[in-house]
Amino acid sequence: MKARVTVTLKTGILDPQGKAIEGALKALGVAGVASVRQGKVFDIELEGGDPKQAETLLKQAADKLLANTVIENYRVEVLG
Amino acid sequence: MKAAVLVFPGINRERDMARTLEIVSGQKPSMVWHAEHELPAGTDLVVVPGGFSYGDYLRCGAIAARAPVMDAVRSFAAKGGLVLGVCNGFQILCEAGLLPGVLVRNQNLKFICRDVFLRVEKADTPFTRGYNAGQVIRVPVAHGEGNYTADADTIARLEGEGRVLFRYASPDGRVDKDWNHNGAINAIAGIVNDRGNVLGMMPHPENHVESVIGATDGRGLFAGLTDHLGKAA
Repeated sequence: MKARVTVTLKTGILDPQGKAIEGALKALGVAGVASVRQGKVFDIELEGGDPKQAETLLKQAADKLLANTVIENYRVEVLG
Repeated sequence: MKAAVLVFPGINRERDMARTLEIVSGQKPSMVWHAEHELPAGTDLVVVPGGFSYGDYLRCGAIAARAPVMDAVRSFAAKGGLVLGVCNGFQILCEAGLLPGVLVRNQNLKFICRDVFLRVEKADTPFTRGYNAGQVIRVPVAHGEGNYTADADTIARLEGEGRVLFRYASPDGRVDKDWNHNGAINAIAGIVNDRGNVLGMMPHPENHVESVIGATDGRGLFAGLTDHLGKAA
């Protein structure tokens, strides 16, 4: 089973990489970009086939390691 | 003093730290590999040195904070044992939940490698007893992610309980944004946990202990610890 965990910075946390990318997009003439925040995506292959169990496992992975909840939020998705 | 210096893959300041501990306390520390489950018997100080554990993958200190040896450090700290984390060590202690908050990218987006001035906020702690409150010391920093941040409640608690031990300051002890190199909240350079036995700091006091280097301002921290532990023993 395939799954995805997306980690994003909480609002208000300084994101210099996002700012730099935003600046670069503007410099490239990509019009209409208001702001950019950079996050992380983890594509995870799971052994079991139970989506409920998968969600619990992914949340555990995110809480234990993938995200630092002081500054980051996360979202888990079971892609099937 | 029976110090234990933790060693993680990618750490590169462990030998500076070991050398300083030996020079100041007269006793060679043990080097403890991250995969160990126990600290050497009789350890009275755990030091988490600086460097780039696991290449700063995922987040600075994130992977090292989950190493087996950190469970031993957690129970050591829970019993009141003294823990010092410097630079990456500070990041690791935050990621391990032994200290609140987190170190994020420097505000100017640059890796900062230079001497800074720190104002010692309190002298009545095992870590700062070698200094006077308000004293300014010169020590180096070398970090890309040393910008301390935490939620407003945590900051209020740290300040209210007097848990900020070091702040970036001018040579005459003034705290303002021109001297706050990495943009840390309230110019915080070093904090302790609620029990006061775990210190994390971004600057490297271990690099300023020998006059041949040109400054010995870091010596007070290690001399204070040696004194404290000598009296406790």
